Order: sequence, then C-alpha cells, then structure tokens
Amino acid sequence: MSGPLYLAWRYLLYHRVKTAILVTSIMLIVFLPVGLNVLVGQSAGELTARAEATPLLVGARGSALELVLSSLYFESDAPETTSYVQVTRMAQSGFAEPIPLYVRFYVRKHPIVGTTLEYFDFRGLRLAAGRRMAVLGECVVGARAAEKLSVAPGDSVVSSPESVFDLAGVYPLKLRVVGVLAASHTPDDLAIFIDLKTAWIIQGFGHGHQDLTRSGADAAVLSRERGRIVANASVVQYNEITQANIDSFHFHGDLAKYPVTAVIAVPHDEKSRVLLMGRYEAPDESQQIVRPSAVMNDLLSTILTVQSYVVAAILMVAVATLATAALVFMLSLRLRRGEIETMIKIGGSRRSVAAVLTSEVVVVLALGVMLAGGLTLVTSRFGSAAIRALLL
Amino acid sequence: MIQLAELQFGYREGDFALRIPKLEVQQRERVALIGPSGCGKTTLLHLIAGIALPQSGRVRTNGVDVTALDDGARRDFRIGNIGLVFQEFELLEYLSVLDNILLPYRINPSLRLETPVRERAESLARQVGIGDKLARMATRLSHGEKQRVAVCRALIAEPELILADEPTGNLDPANKNRVLDILINYAEEHAATLLMVTHDRDLLGRFERVIDFKTFHSGERA
Repeated sequence: MSGPLYLAWRYLLYHRVKTAILVTSIMLIVFLPVGLNVLVGQSAGELTARAEATPLLVGARGSALELVLSSLYFESDAPETTSYVQVTRMAQSGFAEPIPLYVRFYVRKHPIVGTTLEYFDFRGLRLAAGRRMAVLGECVVGARAAEKLSVAPGDSVVSSPESVFDLAGVYPLKLRVVGVLAASHTPDDLAIFIDLKTAWIIQGFGHGHQDLTRSGADAAVLSRERGRIVANASVVQYNEITQANIDSFHFHGDLAKYPVTAVIAVPHDEKSRVLLMGRYEAPDESQQIVRPSAVMNDLLSTILTVQSYVVAAILMVAVATLATAALVFMLSLRLRRGEIETMIKIGGSRRSVAAVLTSEVVVVLALGVMLAGGLTLVTSRFGSAAIRALLL
Repeated sequence: MIQLAELQFGYREGDFALRIPKLEVQQRERVALIGPSGCGKTTLLHLIAGIALPQSGRVRTNGVDVTALDDGARRDFRIGNIGLVFQEFELLEYLSVLDNILLPYRINPSLRLETPVRERAESLARQVGIGDKLARMATRLSHGEKQRVAVCRALIAEPELILADEPTGNLDPANKNRVLDILINYAEEHAATLLMVTHDRDLLGRFERVIDFKTFHSGERA
C-alpha cells in the first residue's frame, strides 16, 4: 500500500464512526435510486410477463384494472361478476378457447381460484405431488400456499367464511388436497385451485344434504306432496364432499346464470383475436374485453412517473448529502491544519500530502459505492422474493 | 554546515523583522539558540530548513543554497537532510508509534520505505526506551514518550543536521536530559550538526556554543 493511501486508511480506521457515517451516506445516496430502479424494473418485468402471457380477458363492465388484478394476480377485491353464459358465448363464437375464473373466496389469506383444468395447461403449471382435481370438493394447492398452510396431498383445507355474522351467507367447505403444484414464481404459487362447480358450492348455489326420501329422515320432513318434500331446519347439510355424500350434491337454478369473475380468452389466431374484440366493442355490450398487457402498461407508466419523481427527490437529497459530506471534510481540514503543517514542515511533498487527503475521500467514496453495488446485487438477486415475502 | 549572510525576513502582516548579517555553524557543532519569546528563534530554524524564505540574503545549509531551490526541491532537501523536532511533539494521533517514526518515508517519494528502514526505526525506538511500545497509538503515550517518538521521527532518515525547537520545553527534568542525550549522542555518532532552541539555561552547558538571540551575538561555551 502506498504511503498516502496507508495514512488515509489509518486515519479512516482511527475515526471509524465518522467514516462509517460518511460511507453509509454515500452508500444510501447511490443505492436508493439504483436499487429502486432495479426493484421497479424487476417488478414491472414480472407483472408484464404474466399480463403478456394472458391474451384477452372478458368480464363485467367496470374497472379494467380491477378485473386484471383480480384475474391475473388474485389481488384487489372481486370485480363485478359476469355469468357463465359468457363462457358458452365465447366457446360458440369459435374465436377463442374460454377459461372461466371465479376468484372470490379464500383459505386464510390464500385466494381460492375456481376454474377448469385448462387453466393448468394454459399457465404451464406442473404438479410437484399428487394429481389434478377430478371431482367436487377436491383442490390443488400452489407451492407457497402448501408451504404456508403445511398441507400435502391427503390433507384438507377449509374455505374461510366471508363474514362470521352472516349465518345465511357463504359457509366453510372442507376441501380435500389432491395435488400440490411445483413453484412457478407467479401468483399461482399462492393460490388454491378448485373446480368452478366447487366454487359455486362454496357460494351456496349448490349443496348436499341428507336424503329425505329415505326412512329415518322423517323427523326433518314437514310434508310430502306428489314428490315434493318440504323439510325443516334440522335437515343435515354437508360441509364436506365425500365419496359417501357426493351424489347428494346438486345445483338449483340455471347454471348458465351462475357467476364467474372473468373469462380468459385464448384466441386461435390474430384474426380471431381481432374479431373477438370487435364483438365486445358494441355500444350496448354489457361486457368488456381487455388486453391485460395494455392495462398493466398503463399502470406501470403511472408507477414509472411516480418513480421518476421519487428518484428526483432522492437525487436532491443526494446533492444535499454530498454537500454536507464536503462540508464535513472541509471542516475536518481546518481541524487538521496542524497535522498538515507538520507534514509540510518535515518535508512532505505537496503531492503526497494532497494524496493523503484525496485518498481519504476516494476510499470513502469507493467503500460507499462498493457497498451500494453489493446491495444492488443482493436486491437484483433477492429483491423480488423479499417483496413477495413481505407482502404475504 | 550552515551559512547565513545578509539575511532579512519579515512577515507580511505585523512589524516583526529579523536581520542577521552573518551566521555560521560548523559541521558537527552543537549550538544552542537562546533569547526571549518572539525574537525569531523558530523563524531562524524555518529559514535554515527552507520552510520560510527570506526577503533578501542567502541561506546555505550543508552546502546547498536553500533560497535558490524551488518549493519541491526544498521539501526533498529537508526530508533527506534535516531532522526537525518540535516542542509540541506534533505526532499524528491516528498513527502508532512505529508509523509515526516512519512518517517521513510515507509523505515524500524521495525516501523509500524498505526493510532496513523499518529495522532502523525499531532499533531507534529501542535505543530511546520505547521499543516495547511500537504498536501503541501515539495518543496513549506520556509526554516524555511522545517527545522520544518525535526525536526518532527526526532521526529516522539519518539527517546531517538536526533542528530542534524547544524539544524539552514540555518535559520533566529526567526526560529533558534523556531527550538531549539522544540528540547529542546521535550528533556525535553521525557527525551531525545540532542546532537547538531552548529556554532552559541548565542545558546550555552541554552545547559547544550558545547564540543569544537578544543581542544576536555568539559566544563560546561558558
């Protein structure tokens, strides 16, 4: 180590608290804008990737952003529902394959996604254990959700009631875990997938109860008239679908009118995509069709605008911090006048004495920048995962 | 050897003026400079060392006209030929004893810090009784120890001229004599010249010549 650099190093070590404060300040003013850029860039990349992998989305008219956030990221409140007839309409149009979604319920904080098996193929989701759901009451759990809920195939989870005070509303349904997905590092990792009809059962559109035609159920029967049985409140309703009771589950009303929150449309080709979009653009159309990538790009442009303001603010703070650091250095030079004069008196070269002082500044800057670089590297490596973990 | 002729020096501000028509100090001579405070003793040491330049006149130190050298050359000359000791020690608080002794080698590239220099520093420290404190920070030494470190720093480059500005001013009697012993022994062993400012008349007997600055006359040892 050269003489001036050695002296600078010894000075910084001796004044380690002052040095640590200066290095931390430099590190922060370098890391904050750079790290923010990295994080926003990564998050934007992840958001955009999922949006771009979803060609079109159909839902009830309303907030397009809410529709996209709910259907792609299982975030935000459930949007206005549309009906299953939209799934049939899209299938019959011949332009796209429909994948229905009903995202409303939760198991603790994990969203329950009512859908069809096509969803797994569409998203390229692989099973890490077990199998896909096959009958009512079965579920497949995302990798992180399985980890957080500590469940594996053979275990069960219970859907959360929407309100403990609404006795007539959605009541918990015990779901059998038949499969666990491999990690995909997408919102699917956090979700629990069930068949659409199972979701409707949680909603209360379908149910199963004891067979009132059998003997032994007389206590629950109020009247029997021409095949029409009226029961009282003591009739046993099932909150778990098993091999023994699955046949008793049935739906009331017209299934075509049952709700879905969105329909993913997978057009066969570009022409089909354009024609399908045209169908939903009539003025009297009650549904909306959106391109998730366009919606997310709008959102990201807003975020990036905010980010540029934040970066500008950070840069102003950085200038103020650098000015303060320069002031600290200048003041320390005044305090060190005697030391500098000693070096000059005993014959220190002008260049060497200047090099000692310059080295101190350079070492502080270099340490600050290196630490900021390291932090940025860590952020780029683990930032997204950390944010996901924090948000859960 | 030091030769001063028709020397005039004054600071830009203030009415201080120093005039020395002629002054010569021979090689190996041990000279004490005495005089009241503010009469210019320290200024004279600075002029001899090339730290300050006179308005007129010449200063020849060890045969070199220091007034004719540029700033860089004067610094190189000083660090290689002159050992300076100050009353206030002027050690660097953030350096250890060893690093303080080696300081001249770290602040001027005309001196090369090699293994023999380190060994010499350790040997000097042992000779003055601080050999076991080489790794200690300068701030953790007593006054006497600090001045011994300062003396080692002045002697590390093996100068031919030692300029000492009241080096014993802050020391107790035992340490005064110890520091003076070190300087005089070095001067004798290395055939070096010693010019020392002092207010302590008890020490004058150890010098070959005393220059009284008040009247600016030089006299032989009493």
